[in-house]
Amino acid sequence: MGQGMALQFKHLHMNGIVKQFPGVLACDHVDFDVQAGEIHALLGENGAGKSTLMKILYGLYRHDEGEILLNDEPLNASSPTDTIARGVGMIHQHFMLVPSLTVVENIALGLREEPADASFISRLRSRSVLDLGRIRKKLVELSETYNLRVNPDSPIWQLSVGEQQRVEILRALYKGSELLILDEPTAVLTPQEVDDLFLILRQMADDGRGLIFISHKLHEVINLTHRITVLRDGCRVGSIATQDATKEILAEMMVGRPVVFQYDQDAAKRGPVRLSMQNVESVSDRGTPGLSGVSMEVHAGEIVGVAGVSGNGQKELAEVIAGLRVATAGSVTALDKDITNAEPAKIKSLGISYIPEERMVDGIIKDFSVAENYILRDCTTQHYAANGLFMRFNKIKDACEEAIRAYAIKTPHTSTKIKSLSGGNIQKLVLARELSSDPQIIIASQPTRGVDIGAIEYIHHRLLEERDNGKAILLISEDLDEVLLLADRILVIYEGQFVGEVDRDDVVIEEIGKMMAGSAQHEMA
Amino acid sequence: MQAQTRLSWGWLQRLADFFPVFIAVLLAVITSAILLIALEADPFTAFSEMLGGAFGTENAFAETLVKSVPIMFVAIGITIAFRGGVVNIGGEGQMIAGALLGAAVTLGLGESVGWLVIPLALIAAFIGGGLYGAIAGFLKAYFDVNEILSTIMLNQVAVQLMNYLLNGPMLDPESAGMNHIPKTARIAEIAELPRLVIGFGDNALFDRTRLHWGLIIAIVLAVISYILLWRTVIGFRIRAVGQNERASRYAGFRVKQQIVLSMFLSGGMAGLGGAVQVLGLQYRLQTDGSPAGFTGSAGFNGIVAALFGGLNPLGAVPASVLFGGLLVGAQKMQRELGVPAAMITAINGIIVIFVVSSQIFIQRRMQRRAKLEIAAVEKNKFEDTAQETG
Repeated sequence: MGQGMALQFKHLHMNGIVKQFPGVLACDHVDFDVQAGEIHALLGENGAGKSTLMKILYGLYRHDEGEILLNDEPLNASSPTDTIARGVGMIHQHFMLVPSLTVVENIALGLREEPADASFISRLRSRSVLDLGRIRKKLVELSETYNLRVNPDSPIWQLSVGEQQRVEILRALYKGSELLILDEPTAVLTPQEVDDLFLILRQMADDGRGLIFISHKLHEVINLTHRITVLRDGCRVGSIATQDATKEILAEMMVGRPVVFQYDQDAAKRGPVRLSMQNVESVSDRGTPGLSGVSMEVHAGEIVGVAGVSGNGQKELAEVIAGLRVATAGSVTALDKDITNAEPAKIKSLGISYIPEERMVDGIIKDFSVAENYILRDCTTQHYAANGLFMRFNKIKDACEEAIRAYAIKTPHTSTKIKSLSGGNIQKLVLARELSSDPQIIIASQPTRGVDIGAIEYIHHRLLEERDNGKAILLISEDLDEVLLLADRILVIYEGQFVGEVDRDDVVIEEIGKMMAGSAQHEMA
Repeated sequence: MQAQTRLSWGWLQRLADFFPVFIAVLLAVITSAILLIALEADPFTAFSEMLGGAFGTENAFAETLVKSVPIMFVAIGITIAFRGGVVNIGGEGQMIAGALLGAAVTLGLGESVGWLVIPLALIAAFIGGGLYGAIAGFLKAYFDVNEILSTIMLNQVAVQLMNYLLNGPMLDPESAGMNHIPKTARIAEIAELPRLVIGFGDNALFDRTRLHWGLIIAIVLAVISYILLWRTVIGFRIRAVGQNERASRYAGFRVKQQIVLSMFLSGGMAGLGGAVQVLGLQYRLQTDGSPAGFTGSAGFNGIVAALFGGLNPLGAVPASVLFGGLLVGAQKMQRELGVPAAMITAINGIIVIFVVSSQIFIQRRMQRRAKLEIAAVEKNKFEDTAQETG
């Protein structure tokens, strides 16, 4: 480190960690270790036990068995306060920052200055007075050392997501973290921001810190880390030096069977235009412009991907088409009918399905059963309700069971409350429901966010199948890899406008990355 | 095989689910006993007086049921509103609105249509209470007015409207000009709800008590409401909107209309409760001018009974009877022991708090069981059984 301060951290060992939750063995005798100067990836699907293991390390959970040794000394933490004092820091996936406070103030939160001496007065002083000027000075030094550029006096709400993450890292460094846990830190970043972050992380490792990188993105893990440990169903599958790892090996370790990364897809057989938007404008929830003049077309038999960093109008785009958000200008046409600001029921009846981005809020009713959620959109049809009034429970149950089989949804009963299912299974049910009506147009918004690899593969295959059946699909995803994998045509959205369009065969990732960050296509030669 | 053994123990599990309620009642009794001891009253005598006063004799039980009938109507209504995501605190006002319209129709028709006056009056009361409730629903749906505030304020409006009508246009002509209590004329004998007697002859139950057919009407409505909520698309939509407006909107339901509808049905039930008090018990609409003068606070007690009954119309029936028993029994206890009247409210409140709180434990138990099932499925047992059976 710049100040020449020697770091204490040598190594961390977690031996035979067991954590039992009611009905689930979250960690089953897991071994894990990190050396100084190492970036160690912890890889696994949702529910594999990565988060649980790290929460145990950070002191948020208490393990049932096993030991944690930090520099060969036991780390018997009962709360994060203890682990932070021992130099362990964690960057959470969802930032823990107060939006209205400045960067310095956020870092000062929870800090307590060391009393100058043991006298009552200096102890009282250290507890009651916080020297923001001194914190600011140290912060600026730190951010220069690691090239973590951020204005210390900006309130958090003015910062971009990437900058907010830098604040989180700075806070951990400020507290003297020498072992850093990063929980899916790239989920919210643009490709350029990811590159910046990786530079910073490598420098921190070179300084002798230990880094634990939790992720399920294989290429990132392969690019960044030195060593990879894979967890599955609470067990450690194995560790592997990154230089020996390939995507295929890692995915097989994660899922327990070979996984395909490149789908065999035929060239799109483009049919007539099914969905088009002309100069559509709308307002976001915050009252700012959500869409500012969006025009596009989706043809039958193609998947059009919308790439972009979160919050650039993707949500508004999908909701305007689905009739859930008012278009303040422009027009939306589907299947040759004007559907601008039509009622959701009417839009649906034309043959447009929508897989909503926030499935837990918009897609399902948490306290309803699996079957009730399955028929949510079709409950009044004669098939499910006699005379449109009395519900036919046998028919509903049969239809739902069929969908459960067809989509391999794991649920004990059709009467189980849907909120107790895993994210992947919930999404499969939403997909089953939305495809059950044989729609002509499918709007899929973040269809695989928070979903395990097995389900992702399945959902992708279903979407490609629908494409080959001549459906028009609009795929809106913040996961650029997913867009690249599935889309025949890619539109890049930035601040409510499409800034570029790229054909599947002409993709240059760097260019798309630049467009996602706001450079218009024509500006690039 | 395994699935079968699990099934056969299911009823025991269900029973165990309600264990927290028993614990809650026990704790409530102990807490109340401490209060009683502080007042130098013997808790054992107190509770035996209370039980006896509520259920001890045929007449006591009948009085308990009489007390619980209006609570039952309101509780059924509140259940519908709460399931629809609308916090209806306006049972009092809706009862009054229903009673006013019901009484007006009854008095207006007199004996002209024979016994048909009863269904007509009840329909009028349902519409009256329903429209009164729908006002709050409409304001919430279309103008985002908080329904808790609007229903509470509409309660006051209804009380004053009733006071005005009973002192003026609807005042009993015979007591006009005298030092009167506000009341309407007596309704025609043919419009009275018959007394409810179970069995025949000298051994008939509830012979010579004030119990009337309103109880049966309430129970039938509870069953109908249950069917409406859980067996029909109308109820499905109401419950969907109550749980998640956004998902419902996306599913194509007209959310605003559902909110108005659930408030209409809710208010209608309370309105029936008001009319049944007029047709079955008082044979006229009368009040003492105070807010609870006509309703006896049934509009508020119905809310608690609805929660007590687990927001299920069928649960509302026994819950209302229990609540009626609490009110009647506590009065007896207070008379016998001479403890302050406020003690009744305190004990009622304690029992309600404990029992309603115990719901959390019941829900948690059910959630834990669901989690265990999911865990079993995630461990691929599902596929095994699927292969076995299919």
